[in-house]
Amino acid sequence: MSRIWTKLGGWVFFVLVVMPELALAAGGGPVAPMVIVADTRNLTGLMKWWADLYNHSYVWFTVLTVVLIPVIGVIMGTLADIVMTHIGIDLKSRELAEH
Amino acid sequence: MEWLYILMPIAGVKIFWPGLIVLGIGVGIIGGFFGMGGAWMVTPGLNILGFPMAFAIGTDIAHMAGKSLISTMRHGKFGNVDYKLGLIMLVGTVIGFEVGAQMIMWLERMGSVEKVVRYMYLVLLALIAWMVFADVAKKKRKDREALATTGEVDKLSTGLEWHKTFHKIKIPPMVHLETAGIYCSAWLPIIVSFATGWLAGILGIGGGLIRMPSLIYILGCPTHIAVGTDLFEVAISGLYGAATYTFKGRTELVAAIIMLVGASVGAQVGTVATKYIKGYGIRIAFGCAVIGCAISIVLKLAPSFLPQYKVAFDNAATFFVLAVVAALSTYIAVKMVQGAKAEVAGKKKAAMARAA
Repeated sequence: MSRIWTKLGGWVFFVLVVMPELALAAGGGPVAPMVIVADTRNLTGLMKWWADLYNHSYVWFTVLTVVLIPVIGVIMGTLADIVMTHIGIDLKSRELAEH
Repeated sequence: MEWLYILMPIAGVKIFWPGLIVLGIGVGIIGGFFGMGGAWMVTPGLNILGFPMAFAIGTDIAHMAGKSLISTMRHGKFGNVDYKLGLIMLVGTVIGFEVGAQMIMWLERMGSVEKVVRYMYLVLLALIAWMVFADVAKKKRKDREALATTGEVDKLSTGLEWHKTFHKIKIPPMVHLETAGIYCSAWLPIIVSFATGWLAGILGIGGGLIRMPSLIYILGCPTHIAVGTDLFEVAISGLYGAATYTFKGRTELVAAIIMLVGASVGAQVGTVATKYIKGYGIRIAFGCAVIGCAISIVLKLAPSFLPQYKVAFDNAATFFVLAVVAALSTYIAVKMVQGAKAEVAGKKKAAMARAA
């Protein structure tokens, strides 16, 4: 239970940590101001909706991206997990050794 | 062959999507195994696939956050994540990163510092590589001596043991990090994370390359715990990094999701490989990755001395990084398959022995 609370606390803390410019990338650095408009003429369906959202609201675009990334990560991780369990190896313990 | 290309809705370019999956698998394996985001490997890969640089960094960070989350889930099940340590480190990292980023902006206003930063990064990487291989050499010497005197090797022995000196600092409050098996002053992880975050902010990198060895050599984390805990930190801070880049309109989520498909498999392979490769195997491979990163920076710095060969050096840097990704991920995947095969065979043998 305490582990769940620690994990939950971690995510709450993340939301609270609102400090600008924490951009993680090799040679990333500050991004130059630039307005990019997505060309939606050749798009249809979900792709068009997504590009329209980008053109109309960066806020909602950001909120959805930040929500979708961990959700998709967890779904994919769980699926890959299911596949791995079928190999027949022990996925819950390992021998602690440095040698 | 049109179906092998997908139109990116935001960037407006057609990208060879199997290439994104392969890149995802490669960096997923390496990230899950070493406990780092690996941005220095992804950006050249995206570039070569024809991805506009304006979107490369944001897309990379978005996929990195998802990939690190997948690896953290698996490492967590192995008991490789010290959540308490990760949260303490996160505070120091964020503050340190911000101080470093502000400092570099202040220095940039005074003059061009890009080249100085790259030289600094190079020196730092050389130091890390030296530290890793000095540690390996010392560990081997200790093992030889132990074999000569007692006839057996201590499974948990390490080479460099600087952390023992740091653990003698007893400035309150003291903290017990159960999973990592460390009892030290709370100021130690705070200062280490602040310093590594500050360096990452100055250098404009994610910081996994610096944080992972710091967790091992200064805090005294076992290698596997250092890898898992670092990934926990990358998952959280990467998500925040993704938010800042996306808000600036620099993330192509479709590409990030395609990469995540490959990374979800790669991250599992890389993480499970840590079960079969012992701590020092991880440290040696990490040292090789650091050398690979250093060589790619040398290739990027070379055109300032030989500007007429700029294109050749840039291409060489890109291909070199991709070769490092291919070599390391193949090595890790092969070790994982060999380990899994041996474990399954052992289980079958044991079951047959029980049946007989």
